Amino acid sequence: MSRNNETWLMHLGKGHPDQQAALSALRAELLRSLRRAFWKWGLVDEAFLEDAVQDGLVRILDRLQQFEGRSRFLTWATAIAIRVAMTELRRRRWQDVSLDTLSEDPHFAQAWASDEEIGPAVQWEQQAILDTLHDVMQNELTDKQRTALVAELKGMPQEEIARHIGSNRNAVYKLTHDARKRLKRGLEAAGYVAADIHAAFVE
Amino acid sequence: MSLSTHEINKLMQLIGLTKDDEIDCEQCLSLVAEFAERELAGKSIPDGLKAVAHHLTLCAECHEEYQALQRVLKDLKE
Ligand SMILES: [Zn+2]
Repeated sequence: MSRNNETWLMHLGKGHPDQQAALSALRAELLRSLRRAFWKWGLVDEAFLEDAVQDGLVRILDRLQQFEGRSRFLTWATAIAIRVAMTELRRRRWQDVSLDTLSEDPHFAQAWASDEEIGPAVQWEQQAILDTLHDVMQNELTDKQRTALVAELKGMPQEEIARHIGSNRNAVYKLTHDARKRLKRGLEAAGYVAADIHAAFVE
Repeated sequence: MSLSTHEINKLMQLIGLTKDDEIDCEQCLSLVAEFAERELAGKSIPDGLKAVAHHLTLCAECHEEYQALQRVLKDLKE
């Protein structure tokens, strides 16, 4: 039986006679989708995907009321299941990495001492921007903001940063967003606008 | 600890992209399905969804999840 957005919502609702059938159908659809999403990774087995689908289903049913019909229901549900699966995968990959080594005072000075491709004028401009950035990082950011931002730059996923500082992914995003805003303002106050930064730091 | 050249460049890029108003990861999740369908269909992105595109340039996790969703939608379309 094929369902549209309206019938998915109706059948998945509590007490509907088709609820069990709709749940089975959704489970099968999500499993197919996650197989497609993850097949290239080669790192996840069928048991992992089945667990992720099960956890995803719970999350989807929890927020059924939030579905506004702006996409196909299955696309919306798949996005949620992917988030659940990716979060678990990141947790497994990062579970043994500690924040301690990431949270020390970042200092920038010798970062490109050996980079010979950059001319002296650009190097001087870069160093001036970096000195300012370093000051703003030390003086304007809270410890939490600095720790989260540096950990993010080191590649640690936000969920994992959250786990270490007793928070959640959304709060970590807000934390690093506030940190970026402060750094931007600090650089602007010292006379460096986005164009200067871009000119001095093109990879 | 020092940041590598790559990490410094990444930070500078992030600062350059920073806006006062950004959506967070939860808001991104609630809008990304519509965004992905429109992108795949080559439809224009309305103003209300531009914040999703911006968030995806800043947030590595949401971007990774978006790419996975795109793979699924592309396979379904073929
Ligand atoms: Zn995000």
